[in-house]
Amino acid sequence: MSTNGTTALSALAEALSKGSVRTVDLTHTLDPDFPVIILPPEFGQCARFRVEEVSRYDDRGPAWYWRNFSCSEHTGTHFDAPVHWVSGKDLPNASVDSIPVEGFVRPVCVVDCSKQSAEDEDFLMTKDFLLAWEEEHGRIPEGCWVLMRTDWSKRNPAAYLNMREDGAHSPGPDGGAITFLIEERNVVGFGTECVGTDAGQGAHLSPPYPAHFLLHGAGRYGLQCLANLDLLPPTGAMLICPPLKIKHGSGSPLRVLALVEETSS
Amino acid sequence: MTEAIQRPRRKDPQKRTVLPTLPPTSRSRKALGFTAAAAAGRFVLQKCDDCGAVTYPPREACPKCLSMALNWRDMPDGGRLIAETTIQTSTNVYFRERTPWRTGTIELDAGITVLAHIHGDVAQSGRVRMIARTDKSGQGVLMALPEQETANMADDKQLRELTCDPKHRRVLVTDGRTALGQAMANAVSAAGASTVFVGIAETWRPYAGADELAAIPNVEVMALDVTDSISVKELASEIGGKVDILINTAEHIRAGGAMDRDGIVTARDEMEVNYFGPLRLIQAFGPGMRFRGADGVNSACAWVNLLSVYALSNWPAYGSTSASQAAAYSLSQCLRGEFRGSGVKVLNALFGPLEEDWRQHLPPPKVTPEGLAKAVVGALQQGLEELAVGAVAEDFLVRWKEDPRVLERELTQPEGA
Repeated sequence: MSTNGTTALSALAEALSKGSVRTVDLTHTLDPDFPVIILPPEFGQCARFRVEEVSRYDDRGPAWYWRNFSCSEHTGTHFDAPVHWVSGKDLPNASVDSIPVEGFVRPVCVVDCSKQSAEDEDFLMTKDFLLAWEEEHGRIPEGCWVLMRTDWSKRNPAAYLNMREDGAHSPGPDGGAITFLIEERNVVGFGTECVGTDAGQGAHLSPPYPAHFLLHGAGRYGLQCLANLDLLPPTGAMLICPPLKIKHGSGSPLRVLALVEETSS
Repeated sequence: MTEAIQRPRRKDPQKRTVLPTLPPTSRSRKALGFTAAAAAGRFVLQKCDDCGAVTYPPREACPKCLSMALNWRDMPDGGRLIAETTIQTSTNVYFRERTPWRTGTIELDAGITVLAHIHGDVAQSGRVRMIARTDKSGQGVLMALPEQETANMADDKQLRELTCDPKHRRVLVTDGRTALGQAMANAVSAAGASTVFVGIAETWRPYAGADELAAIPNVEVMALDVTDSISVKELASEIGGKVDILINTAEHIRAGGAMDRDGIVTARDEMEVNYFGPLRLIQAFGPGMRFRGADGVNSACAWVNLLSVYALSNWPAYGSTSASQAAAYSLSQCLRGEFRGSGVKVLNALFGPLEEDWRQHLPPPKVTPEGLAKAVVGALQQGLEELAVGAVAEDFLVRWKEDPRVLERELTQPEGA
């Protein structure tokens, strides 16, 4: 990959140092008060992010500050591995420590559903919606990540979870959209701004929780609780999302970054 | 009648906070029988099993027949004031700061005379009703009250030293998401608390009763999650200097024991709320309260733990929760030790099954949240440190005092409870 003595990486290095390629943070801060998914109370719950101080330049450790933190594998901005769902339980290399690292650095398409989600908090992204997006932005390339932009990350915590007596209300994909992304576009993963890859009312779709069931059953990955998707172009950005290497991990909180090329306008 | 205490003015920021001083602290081991009963509001005196003589102050042997069979027995609480002295000065700093102080000799219906603190409304040579309570030293003392209720009786200066009346005080109810927390907020507000801080965890999750809670007079809803050290510290930084009574209503209860559960996630949740929760609250709010034990009309005065009675002996049907409650109970004993000398009382309210979702399938009798709240406020007004709420808890405590080992065997029978 060398032209005139430059490699792809040296060109990238130069673009990064010149600022023509920017690094965008797509991660929420791990904060004890950030919403997590709420399941019916008789089920096990997602552990909140918690911090306990070990020492802070004091009698517990005079020159150093450090803390213990605890959380679920699915707290905050996090990665879902295929073993997270029953449909992916028997797949090989399907936990965060064993899935191939190639999927962690991939091109990303961002499907803007912010207008629709503002109008309908239960908005479901369909295959037709994706086809219409492709009309405008071109075909979704094989092996990329597809992220659903809803601007949900800009909501206050209560409106973000949007929990009511009949459950949470937030947008997500329907089963047809996920099947299309897997079978016809062969994406590596799908991500959202909401607390899960599925819509708030995803339990009532068929199959229930289609994004979880279908993506993970097909060995694909999920990302949720993403932020700043409005700073990404529809196509052309590069996603960097390596989860922690937790033995047999079903997922992990992580820092998600995107490399974005400055347009010359 | 007693002159009603007015709501205290705002504190003069140039004045040093008055530090707690104490009435006499030492008691013999025998005398602690009186203190333990007083903590539960019981008026007991030693009675000789052999000759029937009643005696006070506490003794090792019967002064009449020298028998060692002196036992603490509940006594009729009536009496008559036969002599009195109003103390104008004292070498004891605690009393010196509080003179004039009324004391007197009471001829008890139980047949002996005792020295006691005297309520201001007791008439000369009048009939009295005796109460035994713990004082600021945590020791049992006797006080004579007027036989009949008088106007503003609870506001008597000497009586208020023995009680933890929420009137004009600022109360923190740590969890207002539940019916219990809301009932507690209602009850302390109705009892005249000047501010009722109510903690709400995870404000991003809706909860039943939110609007009604916010509408209770003097309620201020605050973010507080007892499972989050940062949240607890943040709230203490904000209001720690003005919490006079802390009532920990947070609880996490799930059915199930040890062997029939898979993993420790639920047990850890139970410990996070039921044990580490109060531990965090103690570390954040305890030092401020300990410092403010003599801070005027609205001095810090009480820390309230609501504990399942199964803290005392495990009920395997709720075995894991019982274990976390046992840890909380043990912690409350540590807290009582650490508050000693501050004048802040630790009130443990032991209750039987509560009328709420996680105990829905249990048969009656159950304690309603309102009933528990009312009992706690009543105990604060009386200055108690031990309280059993509900028929199950009362019966349980009788059996526990009788023989904890037998109770343990009962609870672990196949049909135990």
